[in-house]
Order: sequence, then C-alpha cells, then structure tokens
Amino acid sequence: MRNFLDFEQPIADLEGKIEELRHLADTGEVNIADEVSKLQGKVDRLVTQTYAKLTPWQKVQVARHADRPHFSDYVDRLITDYQPLAGDRNFADDHAVLGGLGRFRGQACVVLGHEKGGDTQARIKHNFGMARPEGYRKAQRLMSLAARFNLPVITLVDTPGAYPGVGAEERGQSEAIARSIEGCLQSPTPLVSTVIGEGGSGGAIALAAGDAILMLEHSVYSVISPEGCASILWRSAEQAQTAAEALRLTAQDLQKLGVIDRIVTEPVGGAHRNPEAAIASVGDAIDTALDELTALEPAALKSRRREKFLSMGRDALT
Amino acid sequence: MSWLETYVRPKIKALVGSPPDIPENLWLKCDNCGQMIFHRDLEANHHVCQHCNHHMRLPIATRLALLFDEGAYETIELPKTPVDPLKFRDVKRYSDRLKESQSKLAAMAAGSGAVGDHRDAIRVAHGKMDGRNAVIAAFDFSFMGGSMGIAVGEGLVAAARLAVLQKAPLIVIPATGGARMQEGILSLMQMPRSIIAVQEVKDAGLPYIVLLTNPTTGGVSASFAMLGDIHIAEPGAVIGFAGRRVIEQTVKENLPEGFQTAEYLLEHGMVDIVAPRSQLKETLVRVISLLTPGAPDAVADLARVEAELEQAGSADLEIPALAAGDDAGAAGGKP
Ligand SMILES: [Zn+2]
Repeated sequence: MRNFLDFEQPIADLEGKIEELRHLADTGEVNIADEVSKLQGKVDRLVTQTYAKLTPWQKVQVARHADRPHFSDYVDRLITDYQPLAGDRNFADDHAVLGGLGRFRGQACVVLGHEKGGDTQARIKHNFGMARPEGYRKAQRLMSLAARFNLPVITLVDTPGAYPGVGAEERGQSEAIARSIEGCLQSPTPLVSTVIGEGGSGGAIALAAGDAILMLEHSVYSVISPEGCASILWRSAEQAQTAAEALRLTAQDLQKLGVIDRIVTEPVGGAHRNPEAAIASVGDAIDTALDELTALEPAALKSRRREKFLSMGRDALT
Repeated sequence: MSWLETYVRPKIKALVGSPPDIPENLWLKCDNCGQMIFHRDLEANHHVCQHCNHHMRLPIATRLALLFDEGAYETIELPKTPVDPLKFRDVKRYSDRLKESQSKLAAMAAGSGAVGDHRDAIRVAHGKMDGRNAVIAAFDFSFMGGSMGIAVGEGLVAAARLAVLQKAPLIVIPATGGARMQEGILSLMQMPRSIIAVQEVKDAGLPYIVLLTNPTTGGVSASFAMLGDIHIAEPGAVIGFAGRRVIEQTVKENLPEGFQTAEYLLEHGMVDIVAPRSQLKETLVRVISLLTPGAPDAVADLARVEAELEQAGSADLEIPALAAGDDAGAAGGKP
C-alpha cells in the first residue's frame, strides 16, 4: 500500500480504479486489460505533470515522505564492505547520525549522515533524524578519522533539525554543531554532501559544509522549517505553505542562489516511487563530484572550500 | 520584553539618544525586580540594576566605550552586501523592515552625535585596550533582534581581517536571536562563513574571544560564538541553541532552574568565565595579555595602521576601509 500525499489525491483515485478493475478481471470480465493500460497511461501522465510543477510546500511534503529512501538505504546500495562505527567517545551513541567506513565504487571512504528511520519503530530509535550533541560529535570523530587516513568523506543530509531537548542543551548542542561545521571546513580530504530529503537548519549544515553540495530534485534545505517560520513571522503555523514559498528552500532556488552545486534528478514521481533509481543517480553524482576533487592537495582543497563559502551570498540576486 | 518597553515615561528616544535631552528627574523601572532606578545611577552602574544585579541591555556605543581605553574607538565601514536577496515578504516586506531599522538607528545615532556605519546588526570597531590594539565586533540587538544575515556575516569577516592586519585579538560580542529568517538559506550559510572568519584569526595565532551577552541563541550560538579560545559571559545572559518554548513543547516538562543562563552554561562547561559588567574590561585585558606574552605593549601608531589599511583596501576590496567617523563616548558611557 502506497502512502499518498494530499496533493496526490487524483493519482490515488486513478490507481484505486485500476485496482478495482484488476479485481474485476479476476472474476472473468472482458476488455479489462485495455482499460487498465489506458488508465495506467493516464496515471503516468498525471504523475509526470504533478511532479513537474510541485510547489515549494509540496516539495517539503515529498522531502519528508515516509517512503523516501533514507541513509541506510543509500548505504545498502552504494557502499560495500560497510563497517558502521559508533559513539562519540564521550557520552553516548546517537542513532540519529549514522556512519562508518566502507567502499564507494571501490574507494575506501568515510560515510555519515542523518537517519530518520523507515517505520514507526525505527523513527523512534533514530529520533526522527534529530541529533543530540553526541551525533555531531560522532560526525566530528569520523571526519577526524577520515583526515588521519586520507579518506574522502561522503555525507547524506536528512534531518528536521537538531533535537531541542534539555539534555541536548546541557551537553552543548550549540558547541557540537559549531565544531561539526568546523570539522567539515577543516577536512584535508574531499567532502561531498548530498541533501537527500530534509535539510533542516543548523542540524543540516553541521554535516554539509563540504566541497560539493548536491541536492535531490525534490529535497529542501532551509534555515528554519516552514512551520517554525510561519509561527514566528506570521504568528500562525497555518501559514506554513506561504512561508515555504518565501523561504526559497527548493533545490532549484538554492542553485539560483549559488548555495548548492548540483541538482540530482529524481525518478518520475519522486524518489519514493523508485528508490533504486534515485539512489543510483545520487551515487553517480557523488562519483562525479569526488572525481573533480581528488586531484586537489589538502591545502588547495581547504582554501577552495573557504572561498566557496565566503563568496556565497556576495553576488546573490538583489 | 526589554527594559526599554517597561519604561516609566515615554522618553525612550531621549534615553538611548543624547544625554542632553534627558530630564533631570528621570527614573527607570528594572524589568527584573521592578524597583526604580535613577537614570544617572543606572549609567554610572553600566546599566546594571543596583538592587538585583540584573544586567540590562547596553546600547552598543556604550558597550564599545566601556571596553576601549578612554572610551575611544573607531568603527569601520562595512562592505556593501546584497539587500533582500530573496525578496522576502511575511506580513511585511523585509526591505521595509530593514529600512525601518536603519532609520531607527540613524535617528539614535543623530541624537548621540555618533556617526559611522549603521546599516545592519553589527558594528566593527578598533582601538586600544590597556594600550594594545584590539578589534571588537559587537552585535546590535536593537537592529532586528541582532539577527545574522549576509551583512552581519560580512561584518565578521571584515572584523577578522582587520584583526589579522593589526595583529590584534578579536573580541566578538553577540546579542542575537540567531539567523535572520528573511534571508533564508543565505542566513544559514553565515554559520560556515563566520566560522571561516574566526579561523583566519586563529590561523594567525591571535586570540579570539567571545563575550556572550543576552541573548546568544540559535545559529549564532551554534557557529562562531561557541568556538572562542575563551568564552566570557555576562551574568544572567540567555545562551543556548533551541528556544525555551520549543524545548518545552518538545519535552513537555518544566525546564530546570536557571536553564540556559550564563551561570548554567558555566556549570555545564560551556563558558570559562561569568564576569559582571564592572569587571569585563579588566578580565578581557588580563586574558589577552596572558595569551600574547610576546606582543609588545602596542605603540599608539594609529597613522601607520590607517596607512596600511588604506593600502590594503585599494588592493583588495574585501578589506574594509576606515570610516571617517568616530563614535567615541557616544551615549555618554565612559568607562
Ligand atoms: Zn533589578
């Protein structure tokens, strides 16, 4: 059973009809096959049309789709010899940030990212991808490991934001995020970040201050959630759709603003309709990005990365 | 609410503005303990309540004057940055909010006789602290809650480069709610940008000190503000990542006593020193002199520095040029 988003209702209706027809076919009616393929054609066209012109708010919904591939799905398909590593060596192992050693297309690397979890139980285990300081400190640890052994770093970003909790504050959420950004910026090896779903604020940039920043076509990346923004600036969470538009949080907007380097095309109907294809496209894009960076010496890489961020916003459209 | 809003009589402009306009009989109410304070006592006490030790918000010019020798300093003109890159509009246009904040600042500056660059929520100043060069980048909370957008990020980059150029320590004084939402993702990008800025100071072997004032939260606390060599905080300052209300809604329990205050952060290992305002300068001076034992007690050769700056400025547009103005002693706050 597929999870449909509210704006996908017409698609859901048509697919429901197809299901009904298939059921009829079992009872021996004729000409059903023709009707089904006609309807299927209609569904395909509708999906294509709908996804060709998603509004920013619809993209937020797609980016948060429960069936969208998550960190572990990417690791399963893109990383061989994966050896997960755990803990921040200080307090705990945060399941909202996963990572470890592995091979990406034959090359040993460090891979890390936010894991939101695929079902209710997993979502609770991974705290919906909202990391505590330990998660960012684990990320720092893995980045240091990569630096020490000259391994490239692949990060996958998918988080509503850092976890707002008492313990998280007590243990230095701010400092942990700041150090994690610093860790990215200091990396002597290539660091390629891909926003695969939701790029939520400080919790996202903590893993995304890289040499190349990629975004899946329908992912979003923002300084604040549209709901949070709406409740502060409009004083009403109802205005989230309006806020989503105002924030310019789509991959397409971010590319125009010069914040990301490349958009990775999603399969028709979004990554959740064809996770394998989406993951393969992300893999190809990471491969291309790493290729362009491997020739650079640590010092050149670092200064290029600094320049990249320093130039951001300077020539933003006025 | 700020103490200005709980003001006994509507003479706000006069108080933040020029001393001559202040009537002799002006009394203020502390927004913490509710007691009345005579305005001259408040000024003499660096805007700290004499009854309950509540550290009120210090006007930025007074703040700078408090820290520099004889209250003398110069502000630098900050690089021009894109205005309203997103064409953002909530219930109001962001460009209109900016204009309002700018004219508010201009009015205050005119009232106090101060000039200089007042375009956004940060001011970068340099001068002497105990005879040594120092660069201070101070946030102005009265400008859109001290929120950090491109202009503030650019101000921090300029401050860092000025410090490197002068071989001076950099002191950053946040007073901010965090990122400026109206600049969307570009405000988020000020987190890595500001971190790069302070890295330049650290790479040059110079002290980078953060003076955390009320409030320091969100994207500012989660970037350069938590990466100082030394963290000094003002008593009672709220410092943290997430806002109180968001945390309360998430954890659905009462927050601990003193949660996210300077003292709480001291206890949890996130700041080095909680220093009352009356001891701020001596604390800063002591720390800086201990961190830079080899540095000569700066010779007061401002002309040389200015010449260097001008030269650098023509070669590289990113280096700020010195502004003609001098805010020294603005708002009457001499240390
Ligand atoms: Zn009081």
